[in-house]
Amino acid sequence: MFTYTLRRLAISVPTLILISLVIFLLLELAPGDPMAQVPLTVPPDVKERMREALGLGEPMHIRYFKWLQQFFIIEPMHLIDHWFGTTFAEGSQRVISWQTRSPVMDIVVQRMPQTLWVVGMSYVVGILIALPIGIYSAYKQYSVFDQAGTLVSMIGFSVPPFFSGVLVIVIFSVNLGWFPSIYDTTHVVNDWDSFNIQLQQMILPVMVLALQTTAQISRFMRASMLDNLGQDYVRTARAKGLKEGAVVMVHVLRNSMIPVVTVIALGIPAIFGGAIITEQVFKVNGIGQLLITALFANDLPMVQTLTFIFAILIVVFNLIADVLYGILDPRIRYD
Amino acid sequence: MKLKTALSCAVATAMVAPAAVAERGSDGNVNIIYWQAPSIMTPYLSGGTKDLEAASLVIEPLGRYDQDGNLVPYLAEEIPTVENGGVSEDLTTITWTLKEGLLWSDGTPVTSADVVFTAEYCMHPEGGCAQLAKFTGVETVEAVDDLTVKVTFNQPTPNPYGPFMGGQSPIIQAAQFADCLGARAPECTEANFSPIGTGPFVVTDFRPNDVIQMEANQNYRDPAKPAFATLTFKGGGDATAAGRAVLETGEFDYAWNLQLAPDVLAQMAEGGKGTPISAFGTLVERIEMNLTNPSPDLPPETRSTVAEPHPILSDLNVRKALSMAIDRELLVEIGYGQAGRPTCNLVPAPANYASDNTDCLVQDLDGARALLEEAGWTDTDGDGIRDKDGMKLSLLYQTSTNAVRQDFQALIKDWWQQIGVETELRNIDASVFFGGDPGSPDTFQKFYADVEMYANNFDGTDPQSYLSMYRCGNEPKPSSQWQGENINRFCDPAYDELLDELARTGELEKRGEIAKRLNDMLTKDTYTIVPLVDRGRVSAHSNTLGGVVLNTWDSELWNAADWYRIDG
Amino acid sequence: MTDVVPRQGALTDPVPEGPPSSQMRDIWHQFRKHRGALFGGGFLIFITLFVLVGPYVWPFDPQQLDIRNKDLRPIYVALWDGDAKVAWIHPFGTDNLGRDIMANMISGGRASMAVGWTAMLLSLIIGTAIGVISGYFKALDGFLMRFTDLVLSLPILPLLLVAVTLFRQPLRANFGPETGMFILIVTVIGLTSWMNTARIVRGEILALKEREFVLAARSIGTKPFTIIRRHLLPNVVSPIMVSATLGLATAIITESALSFLGVGFPSDFPTWGKILSDSVPRMAEFPERVMLPGLAISLTVLSVNYLGDGLRDALDPRIRGR
Repeated sequence: MFTYTLRRLAISVPTLILISLVIFLLLELAPGDPMAQVPLTVPPDVKERMREALGLGEPMHIRYFKWLQQFFIIEPMHLIDHWFGTTFAEGSQRVISWQTRSPVMDIVVQRMPQTLWVVGMSYVVGILIALPIGIYSAYKQYSVFDQAGTLVSMIGFSVPPFFSGVLVIVIFSVNLGWFPSIYDTTHVVNDWDSFNIQLQQMILPVMVLALQTTAQISRFMRASMLDNLGQDYVRTARAKGLKEGAVVMVHVLRNSMIPVVTVIALGIPAIFGGAIITEQVFKVNGIGQLLITALFANDLPMVQTLTFIFAILIVVFNLIADVLYGILDPRIRYD
Repeated sequence: MKLKTALSCAVATAMVAPAAVAERGSDGNVNIIYWQAPSIMTPYLSGGTKDLEAASLVIEPLGRYDQDGNLVPYLAEEIPTVENGGVSEDLTTITWTLKEGLLWSDGTPVTSADVVFTAEYCMHPEGGCAQLAKFTGVETVEAVDDLTVKVTFNQPTPNPYGPFMGGQSPIIQAAQFADCLGARAPECTEANFSPIGTGPFVVTDFRPNDVIQMEANQNYRDPAKPAFATLTFKGGGDATAAGRAVLETGEFDYAWNLQLAPDVLAQMAEGGKGTPISAFGTLVERIEMNLTNPSPDLPPETRSTVAEPHPILSDLNVRKALSMAIDRELLVEIGYGQAGRPTCNLVPAPANYASDNTDCLVQDLDGARALLEEAGWTDTDGDGIRDKDGMKLSLLYQTSTNAVRQDFQALIKDWWQQIGVETELRNIDASVFFGGDPGSPDTFQKFYADVEMYANNFDGTDPQSYLSMYRCGNEPKPSSQWQGENINRFCDPAYDELLDELARTGELEKRGEIAKRLNDMLTKDTYTIVPLVDRGRVSAHSNTLGGVVLNTWDSELWNAADWYRIDG
Repeated sequence: MTDVVPRQGALTDPVPEGPPSSQMRDIWHQFRKHRGALFGGGFLIFITLFVLVGPYVWPFDPQQLDIRNKDLRPIYVALWDGDAKVAWIHPFGTDNLGRDIMANMISGGRASMAVGWTAMLLSLIIGTAIGVISGYFKALDGFLMRFTDLVLSLPILPLLLVAVTLFRQPLRANFGPETGMFILIVTVIGLTSWMNTARIVRGEILALKEREFVLAARSIGTKPFTIIRRHLLPNVVSPIMVSATLGLATAIITESALSFLGVGFPSDFPTWGKILSDSVPRMAEFPERVMLPGLAISLTVLSVNYLGDGLRDALDPRIRGR
């Protein structure tokens, strides 16, 4: 397993570079213009000058290699400088966003807290609710609990957040006035009261997002548990006189985790990617909102960098999932 | 309590006669929401309205336009004119004088060197300055003395109020931006995010595309202003959410540009927490007719270029009939409500330049049918669509993605169908449609469609450069990488001649007459451009925010220094 | 003379009354007992008929504007609100331009169901194929999974814009604007949503192929594709079913997000997702405009889910006949 992990890590590097190239080419090929949001009152020749100032006049391959160098060499050096107070990256150009003319990584770091608070929290909440629901629904298949769970999770999944988000705002912010409809990203949690305020402003977006996560994961959990509950080894375990709890929670659960682990691992990079629509609806302004505004503004360095960070996370978490398969089911061998 | 009410009243009267009694920073915090988030605090590096308006709280020009389009001095002592000697008789120079005793927010004095530097910053060849057009024709900008700046143009300029006038060209501090000239402009993140200014507020925390926090400028020239100690400027989301936050939940005090259907806005206003306000400028929603053939069968070199006239729309009668079939009153009612009024003009304001052309306002479906019939467009095969010489009267109608525009498309398609015109609708993501990517087939410049709808306006109060867009040769074409402003590919030597005359004329009344002629040539004479709606700006403020005067000629936040809290 | 030997032992068992029941019959028998599945199937048949036959029964053109009759409420609102603007001719009411909502629901359902099913099946087929192949054949695993990583990382919006730029014109020329756009949308949604299914199926296959029954099959010389078909695929049916259910919902909603971004169907071509997203700003005033398409989507997805449940139970020989 260890050599497998090492080998996979080694392969990851060329894979990631290839991915970065494909993303770059895709963004180049996509129609769009960073000047699209500039008002029409600005004449075309001025826009042309602005494009040149952004470096758009240079050929494609030069811009790609420049980005590679900035992302893989200058940004890490800058990070080291930041931590140890050294000056390796002095004077070299970092990856600069076209919209804000400031380093992309600084904005990403600035956006992380709210994305982790809201999207991360909703994912944790979603998983914590989904696993017991999935297990219990499978164990008591076709009970009232199972039927209700199915109904809620299916409706929850098929109602898009652009609707459910606005719905909870209309109910809880406009009519009841319990929670704010706009998330304050500058809010600092430093005592009990401010924590309370933070909870209040998080509750609606977390609710909307967790509903989706719960629906998805509980369905996979339930289906997988059902598959395993009928297996011979379960009968054997019961026949051995094992306690019912041990049978379900240890034997069956462990064997049912593979699809669930896959889904959870696929979802974690999405946390860092933020929840584009939900962030928009609640004005959380996290990474998702950053990505979508960058896409609309055709801020290519920003889009490229963000997408590439997601790519790294996807590769890493899929590797982790593969390693977990081996732990959950030791018969799985990769070598 | 009573005292505070008295104070607010005092501020209210201060609006009329600036005899300030209120105290700076006495009204706490004010919350502003823009559904497009500002990404930078200088209008020179981004032409976006959101950035420009956020910046207008911090940095100011020498003069601004007020809510009626009049010029009012800000940092300048007065607006230079020919009468007061500030503008030379031959219209080639303008001399500005700064107010005395102005301080930057860091406490240093504002001098003419800062003004000269601002020009140098924007006119730097490598800077990619978004407001370069404001400095068109500027030969030199020189400091006469510490408070006087003289701008020299390379030719007589009837409208010398380009540089340093309006929210697009505020004065930046030379000391702060000294190392940020040209290609180095983007490296000055700190300066670009929190510029030192003369405006009522200073930035304390700037989070790009998210939120800006500001506090009152302690060195603001009026010691009693601004009334608010701090200001939060939140960005992001959509117009509906912004409207809701001000009108229904009352979380915010001011929401910008609420482009919402009138029934939605009216429903929100019933929330009772705030008031929608509207004002009109020069923004006109229009249908542009393509005078050239956009057929995909043509090679890319000649598709949608003057080499291939449009097989249908070259016929004036068809263009006129299409315009006659439209009920502009209904469009306004459905799409804009109080924020729109029907118009037949490309230049709807200011009054001096607005033509009295109103003959398109009444819908005339029968007249349109008769006109088409007369022009030889008849329905020969009985399928409900007119044709002529084997050519069906079928049009592709494109616009950007936007709920109101899609409603307009549906309505207009319906009317055109009633006069026997078949319409295919297409809507395109705004970032592609308004982008100038020559590789994309969907930009409004390329115009690979028969008609398209969008809105446009002009900066300030002078329409000369706006009307000059429709000059022969200024059309987007392959050789210019599809850049160009003559979207319709309109070409009329008489029009160009009149434009030249406009550029030579300094007398205001005469200019108005010429501009009206030009406007009519594009609209009621040729129906090249079919104006639909004169679009106002709708914003909303909470019922506890006073002093708001909506201004469409300059930044909406132009008078934020005068805002105050009404105790409710 | 021979005495009739009395029947003894097993011979006294009654003879089978008919030929042994086939597997399909058993499956159908089990399936029929699943109430949820029957409800799901019934609803799907109903909604399919609704959208297919609807336009012939319901004469309104979804695009017909009737501005005098705009903003009509559905007929049932009159039950509790006597003053509501209703008209029998528009039982579900009309929208802000006076278009009949019933007609829009019918033709919107056509588009949504077509997009949802086609895109879901496409992504399911690709996902299952890639998942099975990379789980079973070690040599292909590395390549296919890295390819999956690549597709997972691609941002969907630029991808769509590229697809629209490159393929809209040829598709429009060959199939007309609506069918052309349909092919484009279905393909893009299908091609960008198979990765989860692929990863899940692969994970299951990795574990399954080490089980004894696969080993046994392999040791008697069963060919790989037979093993996959007979032994592996039936055992991954349930996660595939879940993916299918979720995939249908995702496809219908993604389509609406696409029209919202202006890269989907033309604006005069209704779909359930689009009716829903267009109505969100007027949700408080006209709740039916969000409820109707929302319910239609939810119920369709729910039916598919129950159908999947029933099918899974029916296919599982361990449960069958219990």
